Amino acid sequence: MTELWYDLEPFLQQGTLGLVNGAFYALLSLGLAVIFGMLNVINFAHGAQFMLGAVVAWMLLSYAGIGYWGALILSPLLVGLLGVAIERTMISRLYKLDHLYGLLLTFGLALIIEGVVRNQYGVSGLPYGVPDAFRMPPVDLGYMLMPAYRFWIVVVSIMVCLGTWYAIEKTKIGSYLRAAVERPQLVQAFGVNVPLMMTATYGAGVALAAFAGVLAAPIYSVHPAMGANFIIIVFAVVVIGGMGSIMGSVVAGYMLGVVEGFVRVWWPEASATVVFVIMAIVLLLRPAGLFGRK
Amino acid sequence: MAFNRRTLLAGAAAGAALPLVTPLRHARAQAANTIRIGVMNDQSGLYRDLTGPGSTQCVRLAVQESGITTRGVNVEVAEADHQNRPDVGSTVVRQWLDRDNFDVIVDVPTSSVALAVNTLCRERNKVFLCSGAATSDLTGPACSPNTIHWTYDTWMLARGTGGAMVAAGGRTWFFITADYAFGHALERDVSNFVRNAGGQILGSVRTPFPGTTDFSSFLLQAQQSRAQVIGLANAGGDTINSIKQAAEFGITRRGTRLAGLLVFISDVHALGLPTAQGLVFTETFYWDLNDRTRAFTQRVGRMPNDIRPSMIQAGCYSAVLHYLKAVEAMGVAAAKASGAATIERMKAMPTSDDCFGEGTIRPDGRKIHPAYLFQVKTPQESRAPWDYYKLLGTIPANEAFRPITEGNCPLVRT
Repeated sequence: MTELWYDLEPFLQQGTLGLVNGAFYALLSLGLAVIFGMLNVINFAHGAQFMLGAVVAWMLLSYAGIGYWGALILSPLLVGLLGVAIERTMISRLYKLDHLYGLLLTFGLALIIEGVVRNQYGVSGLPYGVPDAFRMPPVDLGYMLMPAYRFWIVVVSIMVCLGTWYAIEKTKIGSYLRAAVERPQLVQAFGVNVPLMMTATYGAGVALAAFAGVLAAPIYSVHPAMGANFIIIVFAVVVIGGMGSIMGSVVAGYMLGVVEGFVRVWWPEASATVVFVIMAIVLLLRPAGLFGRK
Repeated sequence: MAFNRRTLLAGAAAGAALPLVTPLRHARAQAANTIRIGVMNDQSGLYRDLTGPGSTQCVRLAVQESGITTRGVNVEVAEADHQNRPDVGSTVVRQWLDRDNFDVIVDVPTSSVALAVNTLCRERNKVFLCSGAATSDLTGPACSPNTIHWTYDTWMLARGTGGAMVAAGGRTWFFITADYAFGHALERDVSNFVRNAGGQILGSVRTPFPGTTDFSSFLLQAQQSRAQVIGLANAGGDTINSIKQAAEFGITRRGTRLAGLLVFISDVHALGLPTAQGLVFTETFYWDLNDRTRAFTQRVGRMPNDIRPSMIQAGCYSAVLHYLKAVEAMGVAAAKASGAATIERMKAMPTSDDCFGEGTIRPDGRKIHPAYLFQVKTPQESRAPWDYYKLLGTIPANEAFRPITEGNCPLVRT
């Protein structure tokens, strides 16, 4: 038994750590799925908006003395407002065109946002510590010592993911939103302000990315490319979960985080590629993704 | 990650960027009396703060302080981004050397790119002054009569940090290694050093480069090996993430020590003293080391993002200053005619500058100067902005680098 336990230990450890990475994948792919599902826009700026969330958290701390908890609310709000401005002035003009235009526009935006932050703050990163409330010795799980802050990440991301799913699938506003995706003219005719809803949806998706950015700031280096490192994987997660499927992106996010963790034990060099291998297999077997509807 | 957005576009970007980085054709008429310096490094990725535009700024200072332009020689400095990719770097350098008649390539961090440039400059008989790259192969099996490896190398880092760690009782090691030429060379050199000192290597894990953000899995694997020392054979953002997450997981609290094998001042700045304090590492330049380094830092002025010069950037200054001395000594025409002859001349002259003091260049292309073992100060010890290091020891110039007989450099075989 002890030997079995010893063999299992690395997998339990990496699985647990994978959940933390999975939490970020889930939060980011959730935002992407919401934006794609409702707006039909492939938001390539999502990684940059994630990074902005972390950078704004740092700015709030350095320039205004606002700590982690304030940043957790304020930073998504501010970055979300920026998203609203972007949607109003640029993205809203592209809804009638092919997906490719939205993708190119947001890709360009991502490069601009990253470039501005890089010029302003360099690439080495900005120091952001773990909040005081979590400054305690790591929790002993029996098979590993887990920093309290990483628990918080997993818990809060599950809450946010479930909340978002509930809001879209089970509430009245969510039903308007889903109806507006299917028949925008009809919903508009019923007196619902569809363009406003689109704007709010994009703002909320961006705010989700920024929220994930604030969560990441204490444990990852806060630097201009931090989102770019994530975003391609997150796109793969969205494809695996099924484009536009809320539940699919969340489940696939956690699942792939854990799988990636396992691969880090067996074959660390391949850990960056495994997600794409899975994506290829899923596309071959279920082109619509694990949770996608054809 | 195997690819990211930057790499996806790299091919296109390299082609598109070339016309921008070589706007020098107007000067054809004066070409015979013009020295062209190409500074190529990482201008946008994780090594930008250590190299990047700061290196170019230091090169321009060297040109200005050499005074060569006041004596009728034109010097043109261009810069380019190699995005840490050998294919992009090779394309830029080929165009510089073949089309635009550049005479010297400077900096080139990222060992895989530097090894490619090393070959290109040799084939075309130009000068390569390597400051940014770390692999000791540049003065080993890959040594070239057209290359000088200026600032530091993996052997020196192994000797400095590895030696200090083993001397302090760290006998068992586990490596977290960036999976490319630099990481492999650094791991190899430190491993040799540890083994020769009677230590033991318990294992290593290779992390995908670039694009790894989460190092906690690798840190836990390292911890599980029960090694006394975790050697970080990586650089820049990878090192920052490793150290930040090691602190978070309390890795060092249980007696395991972290050896940052290549740490720069911008890394310490990004980590902040509360996280970085106590870290021991080796560098050949620190802005606050002595009056001469302080004077240099003063003269170089405000750097991009207000950072202090890294040893790589200081190395670019020092290398170009010495190169221009050799050009003056032998004449522009002779210097342009043969890169190897220019390098020969540089090797024959002793070096002297504010960054590295007095030094020499060995026949295998290794620039020789002292190395310094530093420790990061605690927040209480630090009295001013960028007051980060305290000096633990000096490794004299004749001991800091690999003995010339041990490098297997074909140039020195008799």
